Amino acid sequence: MATTEDTRQERLDRGIKVRTEGIYALTSWREMGYLLAPRAFLIFGLLLLPLLVDSYWQRVLCIAGVYALLALSFDFLAEYVGLVCLGGAFFVGCGGYTAGLLNHYLGWSPFFTIPIATVIGAVISTLTLLPCLRLRGVYFAIVSFMFPLLTVNIVVALNIFGGTEGISALATLPNIWFDQYLIFAVVIVALFVMRRLVNEDIGLIFRSIKDNDQAVRASGISITLYKTKAVFVASLMGCFGGAYLSHQYGWLGISLFAMDFSILPIAATVMGGAGTLVGPVLGAFMLTPLSEALRGFGQLRVVLYCLILMGFIVYKPEGIMNYLQRKYHQFEHWKEV
Amino acid sequence: MMDILFYGTVNSVTFALIAVGFTLVYGVSRLPNFAHGALYVLVGFMTWSFVNDLNLNYLLAILISLCISSLLGAAIYRLVLIRLRGLPTSEIIASFAFGLIILEGLRLQGIGGFKGFIGPFYVLPSFIDAKFRVAGIIIDAQRFIIIGGGLAVVIMLWLFTHYTKIGLSLRAIAQDEQAAMMLGVDSDRVAMISLSIGSALAGLAAVIILPLGNVTAEAGYRVLIYALAVCIIGGLGSWGGAILASFVLGFAMIVSTSLFGAVWESVVLVGTIILILIFKPSGLLGKQKELEERV
Repeated sequence: MATTEDTRQERLDRGIKVRTEGIYALTSWREMGYLLAPRAFLIFGLLLLPLLVDSYWQRVLCIAGVYALLALSFDFLAEYVGLVCLGGAFFVGCGGYTAGLLNHYLGWSPFFTIPIATVIGAVISTLTLLPCLRLRGVYFAIVSFMFPLLTVNIVVALNIFGGTEGISALATLPNIWFDQYLIFAVVIVALFVMRRLVNEDIGLIFRSIKDNDQAVRASGISITLYKTKAVFVASLMGCFGGAYLSHQYGWLGISLFAMDFSILPIAATVMGGAGTLVGPVLGAFMLTPLSEALRGFGQLRVVLYCLILMGFIVYKPEGIMNYLQRKYHQFEHWKEV
Repeated sequence: MMDILFYGTVNSVTFALIAVGFTLVYGVSRLPNFAHGALYVLVGFMTWSFVNDLNLNYLLAILISLCISSLLGAAIYRLVLIRLRGLPTSEIIASFAFGLIILEGLRLQGIGGFKGFIGPFYVLPSFIDAKFRVAGIIIDAQRFIIIGGGLAVVIMLWLFTHYTKIGLSLRAIAQDEQAAMMLGVDSDRVAMISLSIGSALAGLAAVIILPLGNVTAEAGYRVLIYALAVCIIGGLGSWGGAILASFVLGFAMIVSTSLFGAVWESVVLVGTIILILIFKPSGLLGKQKELEERV
């Protein structure tokens, strides 16, 4: 590696990347393959994964799917709308409690409670966050961080919804295969929907809110309205994760508001590559099994993924996915200066 | 009535003690130190182990743990945050991760014979074990020490930032970073100093407040929330606002507790924050960059 002072690294887009950007991608199989290969690799990889592991790790994969959804929603909010939400657990808790309570008190089957809880939970969490949406940056992060912790306090203090014990014996989903493919299908659909969403007109408004919200206001667009929409979309994913989790465990309790649901997705996002949307999903599928393998060590896993998080944020802030994309789309060489 | 007044004051001073370190760091260097609660708890446990495991003198133990805490604060800046200045998201995440490492690390079990600080066994001794009767209510000496300590900290900080060279440079950076840098104030050095002072203040709050109850790792999250709540209500980076806000919060909580019971404590906390955000988004006394920064 020539890293001396008289050379510098130059990066150029590969010819095939430039050719595949327009309609010309359809001119040959090679170009189409270049576009489809990474996407197909991801989709088939996720769909094949459950066949390769035993039943214990299949459960872990289900949880990893939930974390992937949360990481996706964190990445969307932080990188495309500029709202750093440290309270992912709040979404999980809202969705999980709604689904569990509907199932427990009204006896509805999971096939109804999960979609209903996804929407109702998202409405509840959006309405709760609504007064704080005028805030930005550090301020929003602080307030959103407080919500899950304080909700736990309220649930415990008022002893509602089962208090500290939670409610057990909820209906579970039919079988483990259904569990896995349900969450994987949702992850894949959510991923591609989000990728499409951020490139639509509404995505442009979201990104401009992140870059300069005063300019957006000056253009006559209500930033609070669009922030509300963004939080609703993000909390749909989180609430689905929560509703799914409470039916997967057949149990709901205050651990749905646990810190893990806020921290691990953030670590996954930083590790996978913030702003790429697919990176956080990959990060979640790497970090969750890792933290599961360390379950025997108790709190060590939290310490460990905080260390990973800090390592990446300080030494490799671009994350894995940005690195891979660069290698895929560009070639680099050292050049004399 | 008297006891509401008294316990309200104690509670408010507690909030002020907890929040003052956080506001100092944020006001000076715009760094949200999310490891604040963790440092608070860490100092509590360190003092406990110095006293009980090493049989050190109580005051000596406190001094050593305060020094360690301020060194840790400087280390957070030197090793981590200095690379992330100006990236608010990364600053929050990195300092929060640092705090979590400390908090969860304290609960680690079975590594190198370390038992982990779990359970209600860790109590710091009071400075003076005595109780007084004032105006019909019984008051223990520790609560007086909290009030006195709070006052002393505020006065010391005021003197420090108005009459010492380092203190003046802290304020210079807080007011106008570029002008201060042109006059030869090193921004990185000042940020490091502010973080180490802020961490020492977190520790000082811990040793003053903790003798009233147990030291638990979970308290770290609560302390962080209280500090943040006070700062949001008062207006981040505003000193007077932070003190005013801690009195508002302290009395709101005590009054609601005595009227409706302790259940409503956290509801009052969130309720106050939301009300303040709706009616005065910049906080009670927050003026700095009101428009472009918060709303």
